[in-house]
Amino acid sequence: MATRTQATTRRGKGGWASIHFFANPARFLRVARAVYPWAAGAAAALIVAGLVLGLYVAPPDYQQGDAYRIIFVHVPAAWMSLFVYVVIALCSIASLVWRHPLADLVAKSSAPVGAAFTLITLLSGSLWGQPMWGTWWVWDARLTSMLVLLFLYLGYIALHAAFDDPARGARVAAILALVGVVNVPIVKFSVDWWNTLHQPATISKIDSPSIDSSMVAPLLLMAAGFMAYYLTVLILRVRAEIASRRIRNLRLAQVSR
Amino acid sequence: MVGVFFRLVRRELVLALRGGIGSLMAVVFFVIAVTLFPLGIGPELALLSRIAPGAVWVAALLAALLSLDRLFVADHEDGSLEQLMLGALPPELVVLAKTLAHWLTTGLPLAAAAPVLAILLNMSADGLVILIVSLLLGTPILSLIGAVGAALTVGLRRGGALIALLVLPLYVPVLIFGVGAVEGAVLDTGVRTNLTILAGGLVAALALGPLAAAAALRMTTE
Repeated sequence: MATRTQATTRRGKGGWASIHFFANPARFLRVARAVYPWAAGAAAALIVAGLVLGLYVAPPDYQQGDAYRIIFVHVPAAWMSLFVYVVIALCSIASLVWRHPLADLVAKSSAPVGAAFTLITLLSGSLWGQPMWGTWWVWDARLTSMLVLLFLYLGYIALHAAFDDPARGARVAAILALVGVVNVPIVKFSVDWWNTLHQPATISKIDSPSIDSSMVAPLLLMAAGFMAYYLTVLILRVRAEIASRRIRNLRLAQVSR
Repeated sequence: MVGVFFRLVRRELVLALRGGIGSLMAVVFFVIAVTLFPLGIGPELALLSRIAPGAVWVAALLAALLSLDRLFVADHEDGSLEQLMLGALPPELVVLAKTLAHWLTTGLPLAAAAPVLAILLNMSADGLVILIVSLLLGTPILSLIGAVGAALTVGLRRGGALIALLVLPLYVPVLIFGVGAVEGAVLDTGVRTNLTILAGGLVAALALGPLAAAAALRMTTE
């Protein structure tokens, strides 16, 4: 009971812990402006460091030679593609439950970034597959569920774009995001199932031994760099979105006068 | 409330039946789509019997998709959807009634037509019963997920194509387990797991689908 009153008073003051702190776009813009150079700088520094360590310092793999280095882009992109979808789902809950205006903006602005990460995952995996598997594409379980994830992203973006009123589009798309997030594990499970049913015969899959620490460091650096990059682009996109909604409101006000 | 529910189902069925050939469009599409497979792939019987479970299921899935864009749109255009939303029945049950009617006019005929088409594709007779059972379990899930897609796009000008984009990725598990059950029967590797998962999916879709679709309708019709 005591904790509950505490939480209520904290929310009442609109402290940092409250999700309503950023409901005010002006307040968000102030914080975003302060964070933006740090996020952009961190993204650039971490990605450069990760690339240097990954492409020059880390030794070539004893089986795959230099081709394995694609994982320094591929794996962080795959992590981010799932992470961004989770962000969209959480923002959708905030949008539906509290009608949180910033959550709408973050969800909408995240979607193209997440779709891009998914596409990068698929393309880099395909580039790696050509020398390793001898083919650009196999109907591997992970590839297939990534492809479905890309379709979910595209549907979400298309639904958002189909509404003239951005506020209504945001709430409708939020429902789709939540339906999708219930479905993503089911799709993953079903595709794994399907793949074991149709075990491809001719693929010379290389078994993955435990990874060396000289390869872990660039991987983690790249992952952190991708995260910072996402934050940077997110801030830019949300700022653009706020600006475009202001323009829209000004135009509407002008017309109605 | 039960009475109102079934009166709504009856209304939908009467509307569908009075639509004449339009109500059978899904089955007609299903038949034509399945005939395209031999034309595209070639008449070799061994190959056809290999692809038969998948081809029939994919065609059924697309046929179920075909009529979804009319699920709420007609009622939205003439204003009766708003009346239904305001009426005695909670929107969740309105969705359930309309989905039930949709399934009775698409999923059920599809399941009935499927064995004939499977024989056309030279599928072994062991799979026929399981094909019907898997479609009876799977097509209601397609209707329920489809209702969510239809509710999300109800007020939109280009809703039809959008529904396909929203709904098809969500159909992936139904397709996999449906085909898995039929192939299990044909190859005699067991059907029970696939059918049990499909049945579980149906229960989950029954519980969650109308909730999501009703929430979407509240927003798109407000």
